[in-house]
Amino acid sequence: MVVYLFLLLLAIASSGFLLGRFKARAAGVGQDVKMHSLDGYHGWFVAAWAGIPAVLLTLLWLLFQGPVIDWLLVGSLPANKVQAIDGGKLQLLVSQIKSVAAGNIFSQPEPFVVEAAERYNRWKDIASWSLFAVATVLALVGLLVARSRISPRFRARNGVETIMSGLMIACSVIAILTTLGIVVSLLYETLRFFDRVSVVEFFTGLNWEPQIPIREGQVTAGGAFGALPVFWGTMMIALIAMLVATPIGLFAAVYLTEYASARLRDVVKPLLEILAGIPTVVYGFFAVLTVAPAMRTFGEAIGLNIAPNSALAAGAVMGIMLIPFISSLSDDAINAVPQSLRDGSYGLGATKGETITKVLLPAALPGIMGGILLAVSRAIGETMIVVMAAGIIAALTLNPFEPVTTVTVQIVTLLIGDSEFDNPKTLAAFALGLVLFLATLVLNVIALRIVQKYREQYD
Amino acid sequence: MEHQVVEGSKPVTVPALDPTITARGVNVFYGDKQAIFDVDVDVPRNAITSFIGPSGCGKSTFLRCINRMNDTIPICTVTGDIRIDGEDIYDPRLDVVELRARVGMVFQKPNPFPKSIYENIAYGPRIHGLTRSKKELDELVEKCLEKAGLLKEVKDRMNEPGTGLSGGQQQRLCIARAIATRPEVILMDEPCSALDPIATAKVEELMEELKENYTIIIVTHSMQQAARVSQRTAFFHLGKLVENGDTRQIFTNPSDKRTQDYITGRFG
Repeated sequence: MVVYLFLLLLAIASSGFLLGRFKARAAGVGQDVKMHSLDGYHGWFVAAWAGIPAVLLTLLWLLFQGPVIDWLLVGSLPANKVQAIDGGKLQLLVSQIKSVAAGNIFSQPEPFVVEAAERYNRWKDIASWSLFAVATVLALVGLLVARSRISPRFRARNGVETIMSGLMIACSVIAILTTLGIVVSLLYETLRFFDRVSVVEFFTGLNWEPQIPIREGQVTAGGAFGALPVFWGTMMIALIAMLVATPIGLFAAVYLTEYASARLRDVVKPLLEILAGIPTVVYGFFAVLTVAPAMRTFGEAIGLNIAPNSALAAGAVMGIMLIPFISSLSDDAINAVPQSLRDGSYGLGATKGETITKVLLPAALPGIMGGILLAVSRAIGETMIVVMAAGIIAALTLNPFEPVTTVTVQIVTLLIGDSEFDNPKTLAAFALGLVLFLATLVLNVIALRIVQKYREQYD
Repeated sequence: MEHQVVEGSKPVTVPALDPTITARGVNVFYGDKQAIFDVDVDVPRNAITSFIGPSGCGKSTFLRCINRMNDTIPICTVTGDIRIDGEDIYDPRLDVVELRARVGMVFQKPNPFPKSIYENIAYGPRIHGLTRSKKELDELVEKCLEKAGLLKEVKDRMNEPGTGLSGGQQQRLCIARAIATRPEVILMDEPCSALDPIATAKVEELMEELKENYTIIIVTHSMQQAARVSQRTAFFHLGKLVENGDTRQIFTNPSDKRTQDYITGRFG
């Protein structure tokens, strides 16, 4: 039904475009006055007036139709059936009515339910048809009103531009509101979590055992929510990743910008960027199936005991994932150093190496730092590699050969499987998510500031 | 290529000059395109020689041959013979790093490093190991700033970034930086084109003083500047050296028609 309505509105808007353009063309012929706007603008103006208000009305209508009908439905139920029950049961009853209305009848519904279901269907039909009618009329009225305004002096171009800027504002507002909504819901669930578990325990506790009994008689650990080991694991894996990615990425960038011939650069740079296009899940099984066993065998050979899901394996593979990230940002930063500084240095008799270490890298350092910080924020937010390759047990250890767990891994494990939404195990995921969000937000803001500041330096 | 040169394009011989730099039959190519055609020129010691000519005539390209800066451009090839004090600077055994320490360069746009004023000057001496102690380095830095006439202006802010100076000060900083490596020759590639008249006057004054100890070559677009500061002038046109001689003679009594047209403003 709604799909047909949208198709109809589209058709009206399109014909509005044609009608508007046609009328504008006719109005321009044989007149001394020059048309203010091109014919096309008149067409778009009429189309926008025909389409946009009707679509907005339809969206608002659909948003409120459900709740209004529900409210009417509840009001129409026999009083003795409603008063006796509480909110949750009432919800159940309404759902039962709706499923009866949709034709899914289980067992023997009470007669008043069947009656209500019929009423419900009737109201829904009325609502749909009136929506159809109202929207169509609105579209046609919009079309006619807009078309009647067409004249040589009418500023259709300005009108279309205002409408376009309105549309763009609407799109950016949607993006911002969505972000805001996510943050608010994170915050809300986090507050609920901190109702049940103390903030101090969460940030300073050393024991992370979120498994708590959901059913009576279930045997689990006590349920402890000290997240410090989880944060530690995240930092350790990120640190290992950065230790791998930073030198390799940086040296690759220096080689590509300063040493490689143009031909080699044209080949190597895209190859390096392919590395950035590999899905992280592929890195994940590369870590689990290739890197971790290889490390284990190598460790045994030299007498080290390396766990199969060690922090080292996960961190190293994550580091490889970050190489193209760092190298391409450093590449940009080094390239942005003006040629005149290179000339100045060579002109004083500096070698290539001296020029790179003493002039280019210091000048590009802010940009490189920005790149590294962005990479760190990706490292701590990275999920798939660590879910596959890192451990699940939160351990507070300095040994990179031991398994550790990360914030993202814990969020995944906490939310997988059946669990009630109001128990601390589930809510802990939101608290972890909020911490992760804030950490990456701060890192990103700092990094972007640095990168921006340094961009201005040479302009 | 070699003898397409029109009459009068060979250097006019002026007596009594003790050349530091002698160039014979220099050709420069960018890929397949030839930028310099068979240039012969002598540059006298402890004097200012200016290279003039319209844009794209190859004067900067030729200048960059003298400290082999063209080596940094991969497609650029240089043939011919350029000697400084009799030493062939394109000899494969020659260390180009050493050459560039002996032949300093000042660029069109002031290009101080994004470091402090002190570090800008100390850069050259450090990489060439010219000083033994911190004290010696301090003295050298001070001496170079003094020579460049900048010491009074920056004495109290040696640790502030060199990029914070005004354009004219930056250019004198770059000159100070160039003389810190104790060169014999200083190449200046349009050193005043980004400066206002007052800063230009200061730089010209400085060049006048520096010529006592250094051989200076300046590429300039301004004929007044060439006439004011230089003792010798070489006029380049379309990659060829048209005329080369005493500055006064070039500007009062040029022997080639093209030189006359250029200096009287008929083209360029």
